[in-house]
Amino acid sequence: MSATKTLFDKVWDSHVVHKIQDGPDVLFIDRHMVHEVTSPVAFLGIKNRNIPVMHPEKTFATADHNTPTINQHLPVADPLSANQLKMLEENANEHGISYWGLGHAKNGIVHVVGPEYGITQPGATIVCGDSHTSTHGAFGAIAFGIGTSEVEMVLATQCIMQPKPKRMRININGTMSKGVTPKDVALFIISQLTTSGATGYFVEYAGEIFREMSMEGRMTVCNLSIEMGARGGMIAPDEKTFEYVKDREFTPKGADWDKAMAYWETLYTDEDAIFDKELTFDGSLIEPMITYGTNPGMGMGISNDIPMANAVQGGATTYQKSLKYMDFNEGDSMMGKPIDFVFLGSCTNGRIEDFRAFASIVKGRKKADNVTAWLVPGSHKVESAIKEEGILDILTESGFQLREPGCSACLAMNDDKVPAGKLAVSTSNRNFEGRQGPGSRTLLASPLVAAAAAVTGKVTDPRELMVELV
Amino acid sequence: MAYDKFDILTSTAVPLPIENVDTDQIIPARFLKATERVGFGDNLFRDWRYNQDNTLKEDFVLNQDKFSGKILVGGKNFGSGSSREHAAWAVYDYGFRCVVSSFFADIFRGNCLNIGVLPVQVSADFLQKIFDATEADPTTELEVNLQEQKITLLPTGESESFDINDYKKNNMLNGFDDIDYLLNIKKDIETFAENTPL
Repeated sequence: MSATKTLFDKVWDSHVVHKIQDGPDVLFIDRHMVHEVTSPVAFLGIKNRNIPVMHPEKTFATADHNTPTINQHLPVADPLSANQLKMLEENANEHGISYWGLGHAKNGIVHVVGPEYGITQPGATIVCGDSHTSTHGAFGAIAFGIGTSEVEMVLATQCIMQPKPKRMRININGTMSKGVTPKDVALFIISQLTTSGATGYFVEYAGEIFREMSMEGRMTVCNLSIEMGARGGMIAPDEKTFEYVKDREFTPKGADWDKAMAYWETLYTDEDAIFDKELTFDGSLIEPMITYGTNPGMGMGISNDIPMANAVQGGATTYQKSLKYMDFNEGDSMMGKPIDFVFLGSCTNGRIEDFRAFASIVKGRKKADNVTAWLVPGSHKVESAIKEEGILDILTESGFQLREPGCSACLAMNDDKVPAGKLAVSTSNRNFEGRQGPGSRTLLASPLVAAAAAVTGKVTDPRELMVELV
Repeated sequence: MAYDKFDILTSTAVPLPIENVDTDQIIPARFLKATERVGFGDNLFRDWRYNQDNTLKEDFVLNQDKFSGKILVGGKNFGSGSSREHAAWAVYDYGFRCVVSSFFADIFRGNCLNIGVLPVQVSADFLQKIFDATEADPTTELEVNLQEQKITLLPTGESESFDINDYKKNNMLNGFDDIDYLLNIKKDIETFAENTPL
């Protein structure tokens, strides 16, 4: 067989255990990550069926969604959160699954620690009961979020049953302009496709703009694939990928490395391979982005005005309901809108590169008095790098404090909740109604835009604060 | 987890003509802290159903006595957002067995199928007909026939067929779940596992 294949086909097809006529494929899973929120019912399920975890060495547990981001050395105050964390620890211990709980040196957000320790590898199938599992696609893995029933399937059989998604390629050439980050590239794509534009597809990102991105940047882009409805997104591995993966705790060593490399070097889309859908954008036209509504597709270049209802895709009623929730009007400019909170963190933008970007803007400036800022590293490893690189000194000097790792205000399951009515500029991934706390209002943006808002107290184009870099 | 078999469902419907209903609206993250699958229906659409002082929002459809039934009808792109199966649990636990929309988010659709809620995708036109009919007369009944893959507005007899793959259809008709299937091919999986490169 010399049929041409896409990167996605190569990885998917090599993991199909069994095909069902007019049904899903049985897909073998190489790496399974679990956290405290979506796993307890799955563990309960295998207990009730009286079956063991088939491959405990392929499952990795970390606590992140519920964890506090201050005083992690103290007992978790919320009894429900504490119980979920306790259950995860007990389940991991009972089944011999590695567990990086609260206080563990390797603890952090599941999608940050996976790559950091080399659990994430090219050509692997990776699942987790969390939709932002798509992050790991940055390494040329097929990675996607699953429901709790599927978590149970993986625990019990190391497989899930999934119909094969269609293939989409998004090509962006050109380079990122000043003030533009991978987050802006992703928010731009979502604004073009809407939140359902890639539903049913698995996306490959291709072109110069992604090739030039760091691994952290690629993770940010792949992370947000789900926000346009895609099952996942992936980028073909290259030298940058192999360099990142090499010598991490869980990556192959010696002869095993050579064997793995032989596989990984085949992971690219063949020249004549066919996609079900292909889109091309000019990267040089992308601006720093900001959202103005209640889904990630409602985004625009920061200097634009909020579109009129009759100019957008979808129903006007839903659009106007969204703007009403945000307390914005059609035609408003976002620039200069006073803000109350800034959140830097999450599996989208909680990596070292994001803190470097944030620090580059706040350096020599002071946090605005009207702003409450939550700066939450994605992991202890990120936290250590922030300290070692002197970024903490810059942040402290500017009036910011660093919190401890976790998902935090991205979904506000812990105490990091934006109060009702307050406006937050957040580097996270969802601006849904109440996402960051009941009644909270979220503007999604890059770490640069978040930093510019943090020091000016209002929505500000970060390029205005970057003049010295011209 | 086992669920009741799904064959023919005849019921009134609850219309929610909003697009992009995301899983954070279906069940907000702060209600995901249970360690067993109980009580999620109480918090279905929590922040649309209740004010922050826990009083009812009278105008929300679930709080209007005239609307009830086992079929939830939502706008385009229903269930977008997170992978939390709790959203499907909340829909089921509240009493819905079927969700109708003109478009579903992938993970939510899959989660529904795994727990015994039937997602029925119809055309935008037919969806609008259902909204119009149920809003004009909340006693309007719909019939969802899984065997025939057909949804019918009973008063007018207008109907549309819907897609579901044979495997999942058979599961729902019989109340089977995927784990039963996977456990049956465990030997094949073991053999496969021994030969995986990673």
